[in-house]
Amino acid sequence: MKIIIEISYLVSSIFFIFGIKLLSSPKSARKGNFLSSVGMLIAIIVTLLDQHVLTYEWIIIGIIIGGLIGGFMAFKTPMTGMPQMVGVLNGFGGGASTLVALSEFYKLGLNVPTQTGIAIFASLLIGSVTFTGSMIAFGKLQGIVSGKVIRYPLQHPINLLLFIGLIVAGVFLVIYPSLSWLVLAITFVALLLGILLVLPIGGADMPVAISLLNSYSGMAGATTGFVLQNNELIIAGSLVGASGIILTLIMCKAMNRSLLNVVLGGWASAGTTQTASTTSAKGQVKSVDSEELAMIFDAAENVIIVPGYGMAVAQAQHAVRDLVNILESKGKKVRFAIHPVAGRMPGHMNVLLAEAQVSYDKLLAMEDINDDFPNTDVALIIGANDVVNPAARHDKASPIYGMPILNVDYAKTVIINKRSMNAGYAGIENELFYYPNALMYFGDAKEAVNKLVQEIKQL
Amino acid sequence: MDGNFLMLVYVFVLAIFVGFELISKVPPILHTPLMSGSNAISGITIVGALLAAGAEEMTLSTILGFIAVIFAMINVVGGYLVTDRMLKMFKKK
Repeated sequence: MKIIIEISYLVSSIFFIFGIKLLSSPKSARKGNFLSSVGMLIAIIVTLLDQHVLTYEWIIIGIIIGGLIGGFMAFKTPMTGMPQMVGVLNGFGGGASTLVALSEFYKLGLNVPTQTGIAIFASLLIGSVTFTGSMIAFGKLQGIVSGKVIRYPLQHPINLLLFIGLIVAGVFLVIYPSLSWLVLAITFVALLLGILLVLPIGGADMPVAISLLNSYSGMAGATTGFVLQNNELIIAGSLVGASGIILTLIMCKAMNRSLLNVVLGGWASAGTTQTASTTSAKGQVKSVDSEELAMIFDAAENVIIVPGYGMAVAQAQHAVRDLVNILESKGKKVRFAIHPVAGRMPGHMNVLLAEAQVSYDKLLAMEDINDDFPNTDVALIIGANDVVNPAARHDKASPIYGMPILNVDYAKTVIINKRSMNAGYAGIENELFYYPNALMYFGDAKEAVNKLVQEIKQL
Repeated sequence: MDGNFLMLVYVFVLAIFVGFELISKVPPILHTPLMSGSNAISGITIVGALLAAGAEEMTLSTILGFIAVIFAMINVVGGYLVTDRMLKMFKKK
């Protein structure tokens, strides 16, 4: 029986690996996700056959409750709420690891081998930080907790102290497992640390935070694997851990910032201190109304749309799709340029536009489309700001200097749709708005784009 | 440090390499489904939760396991279904 169980776990791991492999293309991705879910089903069924599982009542009740909640969330969450959803799911994964580690500790009683003790400690630490960290991230994305950079006195010393305290407590726990109150203390402090670590992270840094928490949730699963000495948990957990780390690094690179800098919540402070000096003597911004804009689009051949978080907030993706359709019906070439950190999580814009039934071959990543801007008649920016600020290329004093940006300013005309002249997340003004080829089109993204579509129809 | 534990470390390190190889090939357009889909995989903790919840007597340990089953199931079911919902939308005309 033991062998059958082990082999089934291996088969399940292979399903996970193939599942992720098929995710590398939009055509096969759905099949990949299905394969991965089959792998999960195999793992669950085989575990239920394990001779250590003796009673099923509570398991069945738990499966039904969890399944219903998960299913309800999956169907009810709107696409604009995806970052929150992913955040919450990360949290439950981490929470489950903490609970399993606690349960194992109490089961073992006083006989906790050193290796298991270390694994239990790691599992408690990572799982708990993931749980509360993800819940705070959810709160920030949902607007329950302020999305701003929240600072508190002695932020870094407090966190460092808590972390050192946790490590010391962990060492004691491994040496003296009979001190069972230590387990609760570690869990409590780790839960607190999760809150304190994510609280300072601002809204636009959420893609990094969510990716990192995603990685933690995988690592928590892997440490649980060490607790239970189960290879499949280790394999699956490490796959997810690796995935989260890769995404985190991609996000950091796209902002030209170190992981440490994002985690410590550094950027916004740099931005606010030196706004005033660079903004004067830039001249006037020119604004345009929907009627003029319709004529500009009518004369254009090549259009690139640059969506940002503002599009998500205004839920303008369907209006944007209408704009694409009408422009294409007039024989114009329309594509999207998507910055890696546009929105609140990796790939956020792609999901929204896919929801609005924009064909995915029109959604281009920054490196694939950036050279095309000089041959573009109109670049339309909807709710993006810092990712199109040319200061990142040349202004060494700018806090975003060195960040890879979309070269929208090379297009013949740049239209910027924004609600007001407010600065972007980084707190710096965007010199693009003052460029001679730039026109501001003020208004809520959804209304503004709808109005534009109406005007183009009337031409 | 026994041999069994070292084997677990082997598996851990090699799986991380496999993960890096696999995921570097996922295009940016699919990064959100990748996150939610891999997130569902991290619900594999369900295995530990089931083992913990299935013990014969009702102890603190089984109660914790029971809650863990709920958490892990939310993670698994929510993760796979929402990923499928997203991937269904990605169409090429």
